[in-house]
Parts: sequence; structure tokens; C-alpha cells
Amino acid sequence: MNRKSFMDTKVDAVINTKNIIYDVEKIRNDFPILKTKVHGKQLVYLDNAATTQKPLYVIDKTNNYYNKYNANIHRGVHALSQEATEEFESARIIVKNFINALGKNEIIFTRGTTESINLVASSYGRKNIKEGDEIIISTMEHHSNIVPWQMLCAEKKAKLKVIPINDAGEIIFEEYEKMINEKTKFVSVVYASNSLGTVNPVKKIIDLAHSYNVPVLLDAAQAVNHLKIDVQELDCDFLAFSGHKLYGPTGIGILYGKVNHLENMPPYQGGGDMISKVTFEETTYNELPHKFEAGTPDIAGAIGLGAAIEYVQQIGLDNIAHYENQLLHYATDAVSDLQGLRIIGTAKEKISVLSFHLENIHPHDVGTFLDFEGVAIRTGHHCTQPLMKRFNVPATSRASFGLYNTKEEVDILVNGLKKILEVFG
Amino acid sequence: MMEQELRELYQEVILDHNKSPRNFRLIEHPTNFAEGYNPLCGDNINIFLSINDEGIIEDISFQGSGCAISKASASLMTSILKGKTVEEAEKLFERFHELVTDKLGDNPDIEDLGKLAVFAGVREFPARVKCASLAWHTMMNALHNKDEKVTTE
Repeated sequence: MNRKSFMDTKVDAVINTKNIIYDVEKIRNDFPILKTKVHGKQLVYLDNAATTQKPLYVIDKTNNYYNKYNANIHRGVHALSQEATEEFESARIIVKNFINALGKNEIIFTRGTTESINLVASSYGRKNIKEGDEIIISTMEHHSNIVPWQMLCAEKKAKLKVIPINDAGEIIFEEYEKMINEKTKFVSVVYASNSLGTVNPVKKIIDLAHSYNVPVLLDAAQAVNHLKIDVQELDCDFLAFSGHKLYGPTGIGILYGKVNHLENMPPYQGGGDMISKVTFEETTYNELPHKFEAGTPDIAGAIGLGAAIEYVQQIGLDNIAHYENQLLHYATDAVSDLQGLRIIGTAKEKISVLSFHLENIHPHDVGTFLDFEGVAIRTGHHCTQPLMKRFNVPATSRASFGLYNTKEEVDILVNGLKKILEVFG
Repeated sequence: MMEQELRELYQEVILDHNKSPRNFRLIEHPTNFAEGYNPLCGDNINIFLSINDEGIIEDISFQGSGCAISKASASLMTSILKGKTVEEAEKLFERFHELVTDKLGDNPDIEDLGKLAVFAGVREFPARVKCASLAWHTMMNALHNKDEKVTTE
């Protein structure tokens, strides 16, 4: 077993939670990629809402699987297979504890948030949604929390309702109250917006839905690396997130579902691992969570995700959130003086996402210029085209901060923006 | 202050056409029209043409929104194509395409491209080739009055 490697790799992020000493330089040393140079400049990675970088601890844990005990899981009797199975299943327990699920059978490994949502739309949705039913989402959804429901609504002749937002980019709760009724059969909303940074009042949203007996799915892709999540306290019915936005590998994600829902849902895909007995006449499905995990999963990815959670917990999500908030405020103040800059998304409660639009300068030009300063930001519609329409912009530039970013990096971003204003001004 | 490659991408001519685009207007009754769209960035450019019976482009204009490269490209394209024949426009499209996709080699003979040569810098920015070529693809669709929307994907 490679438990020892946690100590060997040495997570350098030492945090004194009482005095909150956040040693960002030590944390940065855990991320080899941050030493990369881009166009001769030091990389300033501010595209964390798209994907986060990986600490050496995660990379080592993933490599370790391939180097030392690569084998398929759940069926081999040989030593490697048993070790792989044990590590894979212990990653599931790490995830369960991380979001405080009731049991590990509520934790389904998927390819990512998108697949998690599609699983629920296909399995729960096809079984329970009927003609004339209504499904509620919000204006700030990522395409991955729009399209699966649109597909389901088209198939079932159900109706998709969209909660409007205000100019700050916050859900108008009263509109949601008006929208929900006995026809509503599902609510699927984003916990924190990837384009705006808005943190939604999910507890209130869930409580209201439950008063109508309506289940709620939370898209927690952007929330999971900023906010402490307790699925029992939230009482959400489903929760979806990805490993790669949590300093873990790509290609692995989680669907949490309450056990009573999952048990009543038909399988999403058929194949190996999800069965307990197959004849040509009939198949008996495996029990949870395996019923929803057909085929060989991303074993290294799951182990890497487990490692990423261990890494984040070592620093402490509260400490991370506190630090990132400071960065967001610093950056928000710093860009506010820039001529013609409009911040898109000014909600009271935000994760560390700063979306903006420069008057008469297209985000793609901003992105290309900043790239030459070594600064990586995201430009475009961020897979939220209806939201761009709501704010009447074709696209935005988005800087999103992670646990390893610094105020100096924010300064480099702001100086880059000043140069752009000079050239285009 | 600007890096060499950046300066070649954002030449003065391009910045100028971005700031004050030429032929940025509607043609009320075009003989040819097409919509162009880049789903990657949400850019959209509509091209309007008035082509007479001899196949000469009497008027050409564009509308829409986009980055400096795509706007300047549409602006320069409309400036250059006015008065040209449809065949000449098609030929220029091919030459322009070769230029921005780096098919012409290191020291290309691009005299025939005239002002369009300022887009040579785009070769160094693969992610931006679509910005430069959106207007041209849309114009080609308009020439053939194809109904389907041009997308760069």
C-alpha cells in the first residue's frame, strides 16, 4: 500500500488554522507547472475556473498506480488487483467524507460534472418526468446544466422554466417562488456560477423545492474547491462535481445521490461491473454504487481525486476560501479604476471569479495580449451563452483565482490590462 | 513595448480598421447575403453584397460584432472587394486563406494581396486564424447564396 507516500511527498502547505498563516510560497512549490515560462515570461495562471493545476502529491499518487500496482479492479484475485481495488474504493470513502454523504454507496464515479448531470437527466428524468411536467433551472447555468434537461423535455414534452437573475447576477428568489408549483418535478441549479462567481442561496432553493416534494440537483463544479459542502446539511438530492477543478485529474467526477433516489433509478449504461448476474434472457443489476459504474472506470483518476481532496483538506477549505476572497477583493479594487471596464457579476456572495468586459475591446484581443505577459485567462462565453445574452455582451474576459495565486500575479494582470488600453485606446 | 509577434498581429492598419471599420452598414436590398458565426467566441458577422448582371460587386458591407482581427478583416475585405468581379473575389479568398493558414512558405510573393498582407502575422496565432477568416468564409457563402449559416467549427 502506498499510504506512506503522503508523508514522503510532503505536502508543504503548512497552515496554522488558529492564526491563519497562509504560506502561499510553500503551496506554490507543490505545483511544478507554476515554474513554467510562457513567451519568456513567468506563467501567471488565472484560468482556475476552467481547470486547476495539479500538486505533485496528486501527480505522484496517480503515477504510483501506473508504476506500482496497475490492474483492473473488483474482479482479480491477484495482489495488484486487490491493491488497486482497495485504493479505488478508499478514494470513494475520501469523497464520501469530504461532502459528508451518509454512505459510500451514494458516491458514483463519473467522467465529470457533465456526465453526472446527464446520468440524472437520463435515469431519474426518463423514469419520472412526464408530459406537461416542469423542470426549473436558472439563467446562469452552464450549458451542461441546460442541454441535458432540454433533451429530456423535448423527449417527454415537458417544459423547461428558467429563473431570471438581476443585474448583479443574483437569482431573483421571488421569481423562483412564483415559478414553482405542483407541475414542477425537478430543480437543477448551479451552486456557484462559473461566469459570474455568484454563490446561489442553494439551501433556500432546496427547502422551497422540498416543500413541493421536488428533488434538487446542485451543479457544484465551481463550488467544491471554494466552499465546504455538507450534503446532509444542504439536504440536496443530487450533487455533481469534477475532479479537475479541485486540483485533481481530468476525466473523473462525482455524482452524489440520496440512496433512496439511486435505488429507484434504472441503470444509466449497461456493461461490466454494473451487473450481478447475466443470462441472455435476463440480467440482475449490481447494487449501489456499482449499478451506475458500467465498464472499467478511470482508476488512476479516482485515486488522483482522492489525493486532491486530501491535499485540499490538509490546507483547509476555510483557509483557502478566506485567502481566495482576499485575492478577489484585491483584484476587484485594482481593476475598478481601469477606464471602460465593467465587471460582469457583482453578487454579494461570490467565489473568486472576476469576469469583465472592456469597452470596445473584444475579450479575444484581451486574451491574446495577456498571453504575451504570461497571463492565462479565459475569454469567450464560458459555455453560458444565455447568460451572455442576459448581460448583452458576446463574451467576457474571466480571471479566476486558485489557492496558489498571489497579489503580485493580480498586479501583473492589471498592468497587462493597462497596456491593452494604451494600444486600443 | 509590444512584443514583436504581437506587433505583427496587431499592425496599425488592423487597429485602425478595428477602431473605424469601413463599410460597416446595412445594404437594404442586397443581391447576396450570409450570416457568419464563430461558436467558440460568439463572434458574428453578416455580409451584404450587391452584384450586378456583369458579375461585378458594386457594393459590399458588413455588420456584427467581433474581435479586432475579425472586424479589421471584414473591413479590409469589403474595401478591397468593391468593384471586383465574383471570380476575382473567389481567387482572393483562396489567396487570403493560404496566407493566414501559412501555406505560402517563408518569403511568399503576396503582392497581389495588397493591404491584406497585414494579416500575415495571424499565422503565428493558430487560435486566431478563424477570427481572420470568418468574414471571408461568410462572403463566399453569400456569393453562392447558401442558406446555411457559416460556422467556423
